[in-house]
Amino acid sequence: MIFERSTEDRFAYSLPDLEVEKQDISEIIDSKFIRKTKAELPEISELDLMRHYTELSNKNHGVDSGFYPLGSCTMKYNPKINEKVARMPGFALSHPLQSDKTIQGSLEITYDMQEHLKEITGMDEITLQPAAGAQGEWTALMMIKAFHEDNGDFKRTKVIVPDSAHGTNPASAVVAGFEAVTVKSNDRGLVDIDHLKSLVGDDTAAIMLTNPNTLGLFEEDILEIRDIVHEAGGKLYYDGANLNAIMAKVRPGDMGFDAVHLNLHKTFTGPHGGGGPGSGPIGVKSELAKYLPKPIIVKNDDGSYKVEHDVPKSIGRVKPFFGNFGIYLRAYTYIRTMGPDGLKEVSEIAVLNANYMMRRLEGTFELPYKQHCKHEFVISGSRQKKMGVRTLDMAKRLLDFGYHPPTIYFPLNVEECMMIEPTETESKETLDGFVDTLLAISKEAEENPDIVLEAPHTTVIGRLDETQAARKPVLRFQREDIVEEK
Amino acid sequence: MSHRYLPLTEKDKKEMLDTIGIESISELFEDIPESVRFKGELNLKERKSETSLLRELANISNKNITSETHVSFLGAGVYDHYIPTVVDHVISRSEFYTAYTPYQPEISQGELQAIFEFQTLISELTAMDVANSSMYDGPTAFAEAATMAAGQTRKKKVVVSKGVHYQAIEVLKSYCKAQGIEVVEVELDGTYTDLEKLDAASDEDTAAVMVQYPNFFGSIENLEEMEKIAHKHKGLFVVNSNPLALSLLTPPGEFGADIVTGDTQVFGIPTQFGGPHCGYFTATKKLMRKMPGRLVGQTQDDEGNRGFVLTLQAREQHIRRDKATSNICSNQALNALGSSVAMSALGKNGAVEMAEQNIQKTYYMKKQMQDAGFTVLEGQSFNEFAVKLSKDVDEINDELLEHGYIGGYNLGKVDSELANHMLIAVTELRTKEEIDGFVERLGEYNA
Repeated sequence: MIFERSTEDRFAYSLPDLEVEKQDISEIIDSKFIRKTKAELPEISELDLMRHYTELSNKNHGVDSGFYPLGSCTMKYNPKINEKVARMPGFALSHPLQSDKTIQGSLEITYDMQEHLKEITGMDEITLQPAAGAQGEWTALMMIKAFHEDNGDFKRTKVIVPDSAHGTNPASAVVAGFEAVTVKSNDRGLVDIDHLKSLVGDDTAAIMLTNPNTLGLFEEDILEIRDIVHEAGGKLYYDGANLNAIMAKVRPGDMGFDAVHLNLHKTFTGPHGGGGPGSGPIGVKSELAKYLPKPIIVKNDDGSYKVEHDVPKSIGRVKPFFGNFGIYLRAYTYIRTMGPDGLKEVSEIAVLNANYMMRRLEGTFELPYKQHCKHEFVISGSRQKKMGVRTLDMAKRLLDFGYHPPTIYFPLNVEECMMIEPTETESKETLDGFVDTLLAISKEAEENPDIVLEAPHTTVIGRLDETQAARKPVLRFQREDIVEEK
Repeated sequence: MSHRYLPLTEKDKKEMLDTIGIESISELFEDIPESVRFKGELNLKERKSETSLLRELANISNKNITSETHVSFLGAGVYDHYIPTVVDHVISRSEFYTAYTPYQPEISQGELQAIFEFQTLISELTAMDVANSSMYDGPTAFAEAATMAAGQTRKKKVVVSKGVHYQAIEVLKSYCKAQGIEVVEVELDGTYTDLEKLDAASDEDTAAVMVQYPNFFGSIENLEEMEKIAHKHKGLFVVNSNPLALSLLTPPGEFGADIVTGDTQVFGIPTQFGGPHCGYFTATKKLMRKMPGRLVGQTQDDEGNRGFVLTLQAREQHIRRDKATSNICSNQALNALGSSVAMSALGKNGAVEMAEQNIQKTYYMKKQMQDAGFTVLEGQSFNEFAVKLSKDVDEINDELLEHGYIGGYNLGKVDSELANHMLIAVTELRTKEEIDGFVERLGEYNA
């Protein structure tokens, strides 16, 4: 740990000279507000600092390290040009509170990104303010709430979410002041229409859907769902987590959705950054547009761009400044790198790759839903479980072969599930290598289960005691450890 | 191959279609209802080659004025600070930036340990028991503190000082509105929170008293008095704080704060048009299980080796769904890493030296302006202060651009009574020559 590498009197910084005459600090600030003991930040030379973090990076698996088929996360290649663009000084060093005429470059990117996302989603207006998908969900639900209340309709307190939905959907509904109601899936993994009919009513504010859903299946009854919810007076919300499957194939706006969020760090190569930052823009149909968070970015008649604060019906501000500009700038670079034909091909290949893997695995693993999938699919380890090997064990065994495991035990409605999303940026050799390995692990489960049960064998550390971590939480480095370890 | 990011060859595709047992890729999309299928091509700009796209975007970026093209005295929550060169080298390591949330600890120990170190650094600076792995930014962290306080105390009102950044108050109102939490704003007395009004606004129904330290106007608020007011009626004491300032100022934890939030942009994160930055969220141990966001904890493997895992996940949306403490999922992990590198590079003494340079240079500039007869608003300042000028600050800033300066923030935008007042930020990066030159240039607008 960096604190254990610390030695008094070392440092890795080079500050400018003070130059001005130094005053006694207690002459400037009341001594009550001057810290008595310094914060224990580490003291380390620049080389040792680099070695510390290089050592940490060597203990981490990223997309550049190897295949990362983590379902619902779209772990595609993160283009290097994006990183170069984000570091251009004009973008990296501008301040969000400068006057409009001094930030025309950033505003142009923001505006043009909005235009591109309108076309991709089929929506009428876009805001790039939300920080990530979950904040986008919450923002759009707030707008839907404002819409209903503006119509004098205060009864709409419920938001319907499928049982296969991401946890953020019900959580965002509650944070937006709604009650979350669950609609069941049918035996084909799709929204149970009869159950939905029984749930909607004059208290329905909205339904939140991912399409394709988290099982990787297209909700083919989407038009019926649309009619059921709209006729009840509710709105349709599109969770864009799975947009990678349908670009230029079908647009949320055309399917009847009233609001949508996108995860730019998924579909549009964010990158994921070890958990963030993300960017979660939302798009809405025109009747919701007046409730967009403010400020909004508009184009003047003379072709210049403006930050517009005068948005009377806005739900207010959800995030400081203009959202995660550095992330949507990367996503913009990606969209411009792909072009309209490229984005279409992205979805086609993402879906082809997923179906290919699914068909290669289905003889050995239980496939709960037989139809073609979209960009991801779910298989069950229920057969292997009967041999005494759980999905968790197989996931850990994959680590020995240099793979990041798929998402496991999600969605919640499939036993022992593995959710696999290959993305379009992987070669056939990579897909085959992973499938062959998973088939071999299943064989091990049958013939030599211990090797799977005791996995991983090659990682820097074995399975960790999560119970202890939660029961007696140690959430920061304690200085006593230095003494103990020396 | 048709694109450098798409490796399948025509031969690959043919073989894969055969395995699936279909003739063409379009069969995989036949479950989309015919009437809504998208036909034709998206109306987007055509793809560009790598070089021509770089050239186009460089041209667009050059339309911005920046802290590199001009000398900046603009802060107001986002600051032009020293960024050690090592920061970008560490966050450019693709093992970090192309990874996702460390749900598989055996192959994510690097990220997990880095976050654990971040949590430690932040709890050291704030003198709080527990820090989480990061939030979107300071203002949303501050807003989540309000909803957490309301949940903890089962009260439906928060009292917030107008010394808090105006955008943080705006975000706070958005979050509170949804959950029926009333937000009461308390006026300032000069550049400080009016403590009598703060006291008067707080009562038995108050879930939290919420302040900023140093505040939006750069002044160092009296946390000692504020804490008494906050706790008098059993509400929580929430402080939004600049972590750089806390390397030198008495940390809120020592004044009895229950929750401390803020933004680590000051440590190693470029201004980049306002985001992504990096929020932090800390609390007392008592509140630990109510906190939003991811937490990394230390544990061991079956052989007793030290290791790190995501922990106390029963608070989070992917486990608890509608019962979660927050809906946050993605955070700002990569920026938290960048800030950790900056904090570690500065270290125990460098962080203090950097903070002190802010104080000394700001004090110097204030003194120069006072000596030149400017009306400088009273206050003990960290790295910002307000000064009255002779006309509208937007107009002045337009004129200053011509002379190579990005002027300070127009305070008239947040308070009409502060029309013609400029909020000036002086960081360690401003030289004496730049300060002197700017004071001289402002002489024209001496009110």
